Amino acid sequence: MVKILNSLDIKGWETVIGLEVHAELATKTKMFSSALNSFGGEPNSNTDPVSLGLPGSLPVLNEKAVELAIRVGLALNCQVQKSVFARKNYFYPDMPKAYQISQFDLPINKEGWLELPDGRRIGIERAHLEEDTGKITHIGGGGRIHEASYSLIDYNRSGVPLIEIVGAPELRGPDDARDYVSELRSILVTIGASDGKMEEGSLRVDCNVSVRRDGTEELGTRCEIKNINSLRSLGRAIEYEAKRQIEIIESGQEIEQQTRHWDEAEGRTHKLRSKEEAFDYRYFPEPDLVPVEPSEEWIKEIANSLPPLPRDRRHLLAEAIGVEPTETSLIVERDLDTFALQAISSNADKNRVLVHLENNLADGIGKLTPEAFASLTVMETNGELTATQTKRVLADLVESGGDPQGIAKSHGFESMDNSELEEIVERIISENSDDWLSYINGDETERKKKSGFFVGLIMKETSGQADGKIVNQILSAKAEN
Amino acid sequence: MVQRISREEVAHVARLAQLALSEDELDSFTSQLAAVLDHAADLEALNVDDVEPSTHPFPLKNILRSDEPSEGFEIEEVLEVAPEVEEGQFRVPPILGESS
Repeated sequence: MVKILNSLDIKGWETVIGLEVHAELATKTKMFSSALNSFGGEPNSNTDPVSLGLPGSLPVLNEKAVELAIRVGLALNCQVQKSVFARKNYFYPDMPKAYQISQFDLPINKEGWLELPDGRRIGIERAHLEEDTGKITHIGGGGRIHEASYSLIDYNRSGVPLIEIVGAPELRGPDDARDYVSELRSILVTIGASDGKMEEGSLRVDCNVSVRRDGTEELGTRCEIKNINSLRSLGRAIEYEAKRQIEIIESGQEIEQQTRHWDEAEGRTHKLRSKEEAFDYRYFPEPDLVPVEPSEEWIKEIANSLPPLPRDRRHLLAEAIGVEPTETSLIVERDLDTFALQAISSNADKNRVLVHLENNLADGIGKLTPEAFASLTVMETNGELTATQTKRVLADLVESGGDPQGIAKSHGFESMDNSELEEIVERIISENSDDWLSYINGDETERKKKSGFFVGLIMKETSGQADGKIVNQILSAKAEN
Repeated sequence: MVQRISREEVAHVARLAQLALSEDELDSFTSQLAAVLDHAADLEALNVDDVEPSTHPFPLKNILRSDEPSEGFEIEEVLEVAPEVEEGQFRVPPILGESS
């Protein structure tokens, strides 16, 4: 057993990752039969002869599953092509007919790419249709596969349509892998292909990891990690696996090509099987199904029905603000780009818009509308509200909606006349002459401290209506004289 | 003529199909499968350059059904065919072929 040291130095090594993502398609019924595709029902309540693989039952392909698969292909810039189903043969109780219907040499989508939020394009080798298997729960041995004393099977998931998206080995570390999966999930959800819930297993990630010395081109021997159920586990599993492999190579041994199982509780991977024990699936064309050859018109119709993708939205917003697309990824991820675009097209200050969207709406938008946000940020831009006041009105809009102007008025937020403010500043100075002397004569640190003191008093005096920036300007002008 | 399939290959395929074959059966299936492969090899004599690869005997494509649910099995019906039942699920022996 290799002991993994946390302090193991991975400098000088590069981790190479390729991901296979399975996503359950959001159909009403199963891939090849009319039993319900639904999560969380009573075990074995959504079955029929096809999902149980009963003799004599025959599959008929779900049109919606094909449409969703094409949506995925187009959103991932793939070529949609004539495809053929194949039998993938193996004996395992999650698949009662002893084969899974999948696609092999002719997948419905091939050769595309996905753009990460940082702008890098990661190759997609294929995205094909296949049926999901039943769900197995291992009992005994703490739920671990290799120590279980028996297993329970629920066939509700058997026959649920899946799209398997095979990415090229072009990711370089845990962060890359997480970015890729979250971008992919966001695309799948945006186009309505899948609900993308990793915690319910509707999005599952198998992860191929290998390592190589910096500067070398040749790929190392890879291991495939299964049972990754969250983005967090994905990162942890890759880190663990890369260190394990580096340690083996550095001790002069070779990596054995294996399938490994991620154990979340133990924070490590276990060997499931080696290459020699790998399944020999004996793929052959599925005789019960005919080829699927989507017409040009159908593909075009689907392409026209796709909503703007996260990538398009990042680019559109970046152009409107005049920044790099990478800087807009947080706003798009939070679905706030319509707010930004509306405010900017109403001539609100771009920087203030970004600050509010990135920092002041972390708990959600509540009852805020893009229109209200736009008029609020315009008020701030025109100097009708200070930054603090804007933040306060924004919080009210999130809480209960309404009209920003009315809310500002109800708080008594009206821009203060400068001469009125100057009088207050003078009064505060005369009431605190010792502090004022240290403001004038102190070094930079002292002056900063005292400026905070004065601004605080003046804010209190004006019930927060004064603009902090202007107060500071008045203070330093008075100190000069 | 070279034997088209070895006894070891037949044993391997039998194991994949979870079939326990006796020594005699291995011998007879090896020669039978070789004969089938010989027969298939006759095709190699034909020029098929102009023939579209075919995956299905019928010239059909795009046989699709609409995504409409219909009544499936009752749970009781399903579990009747299970070898053993626990918590409404099929109970099976620990999964074979997995090693720690």
